Amino acid sequence: MAQKTYAGVTVDVNEEGYFTDPSQWTIEIAVEIAKEEGIVLTDKHFAIMEFLRNRHNSGEALSIRSINHSGVIDVKTFYQLFPGAPLKKATKIAGIPKPASCV
Amino acid sequence: MRKLLILGAGTGGTIMANKMRKKLSRDEWMITIVDQDKTHYYQPGFLFIPFGFYKKEDIIKPTQVFVPDDVTSVYQQIERIDAENNKVMLVNGEVLTYDILIIATGTKINPEETPGLKGDLWHKNIFDFYTIEGAEALSGFFKNWQGGNLVIDIADNPIKCPVAPLEFAFYADYFFTVRGIRDKVNITYVTPMSGAFTKPKASKALGTLLEKKNISLITDFFLGEVDNKNKKILDFGGREVAFDCLVSIPLHSGDQAISKSGLGDEFGFAKADKNTLQSSVHSNIFVIGDAGNYPSSKAGSVAHFQADTLEKNILNFIDKKPLPESFDGHSNCYIETGFGKGILIDFNYVTEPLPGLYPLPVLGPFSLLKESRLNHYGKLFFKWMYWNLLLKGRRLPVTSHMSMAGKRQD
Repeated sequence: MAQKTYAGVTVDVNEEGYFTDPSQWTIEIAVEIAKEEGIVLTDKHFAIMEFLRNRHNSGEALSIRSINHSGVIDVKTFYQLFPGAPLKKATKIAGIPKPASCV
Repeated sequence: MRKLLILGAGTGGTIMANKMRKKLSRDEWMITIVDQDKTHYYQPGFLFIPFGFYKKEDIIKPTQVFVPDDVTSVYQQIERIDAENNKVMLVNGEVLTYDILIIATGTKINPEETPGLKGDLWHKNIFDFYTIEGAEALSGFFKNWQGGNLVIDIADNPIKCPVAPLEFAFYADYFFTVRGIRDKVNITYVTPMSGAFTKPKASKALGTLLEKKNISLITDFFLGEVDNKNKKILDFGGREVAFDCLVSIPLHSGDQAISKSGLGDEFGFAKADKNTLQSSVHSNIFVIGDAGNYPSSKAGSVAHFQADTLEKNILNFIDKKPLPESFDGHSNCYIETGFGKGILIDFNYVTEPLPGLYPLPVLGPFSLLKESRLNHYGKLFFKWMYWNLLLKGRRLPVTSHMSMAGKRQD
């Protein structure tokens, strides 16, 4: 298993850089991962990441579609906040595994 | 007299009616099964209808044929479940009561949820093949089509039978090659995933096959809207793909009755434990198959494997025992690849599809994650197994939990 150091804290990640233990995540760490992705985090980013983390913790699958039901932002805004591949980027910054939506 | 009520007479519901009738005493338990449709569709057969390989009559049988004699059938639409009072309201006003409820209401496509998808071109240039109407309309279209851009698009997960869109792409390549117009048909496979399939080994094997068959792959594409005027699909980020014929796998959701009853997630999939299959909301409710919010494939093979777990857990529940039986997410699918060949994959919640032989090491006879002729015949023969063994809850010559026997982890 690989490790990475963010904000002075060493965390466990997989080969793609996704957290394997979401409990190691902190806000300071998120800010640093976001920097790597070229994103400056705002309150909106944190609000949607909180939704994603809660959903992950309750064992529910994450999907782009679930964003529209989050009550936080719609999918178009999600794309603006995390350009390109929003779900992959957002989960990485939020310290949760990459969603394996299929199977 | 106690009552077991089953909602849905599709694959999962029918198997459970057969299994539980054998296990529960007729003097103590009355079993009732509810479905709005008197016709049972062999859903894996939908794939072959657009290509004229199957016709509607090849894949339908009366629902009643598979329901045991001493199980009561009610053909009505379900309005709502009143789980607090152990009641189910039907659309015609009838009320059914239960001691134990099995939800097997499946999933359906929701093209209305994507702007423009069910627009002017619906069933003219835009088709689905997850309904009999869509599959038949596409069959009519293909008969006279002279070629152009064929785009196969998955709107978002979860979808029923995650490999069906890939099979469609492979089979289309075969079909247009045989028709002699493959050079006039550009096939593009558009998916919200980052590869042909999620899990690395299968994604690589299937991705290579797409390339070999000259099928373009566009990944990370979440369908935002369909532009009917300019015949384009757009993702939420604004990326565009032009089509002459769009084969869409629309968003899926569970039965409306589930969301109305407070038993489901926001897409109407019933919330339940992925291992015990017991509802997370009410302990006397169990969920099988596509209707659940399980992170397993929505496929008949999954419902079939779940049925073994569910049978034991319901019996334990009746005896007021804990529910030790645990479903492992086992899924098993033949992937038709055209030209008389197929691939077989076998996996569960934790083990991705691996190469090897199935169900027996050395003897197989089916090869995993590799094209073979026998896999194709396995797929065709499965229709017979489905009607004659699977729906009736009879034993198949495979284990319900996934086995590592025959699999290679290289």
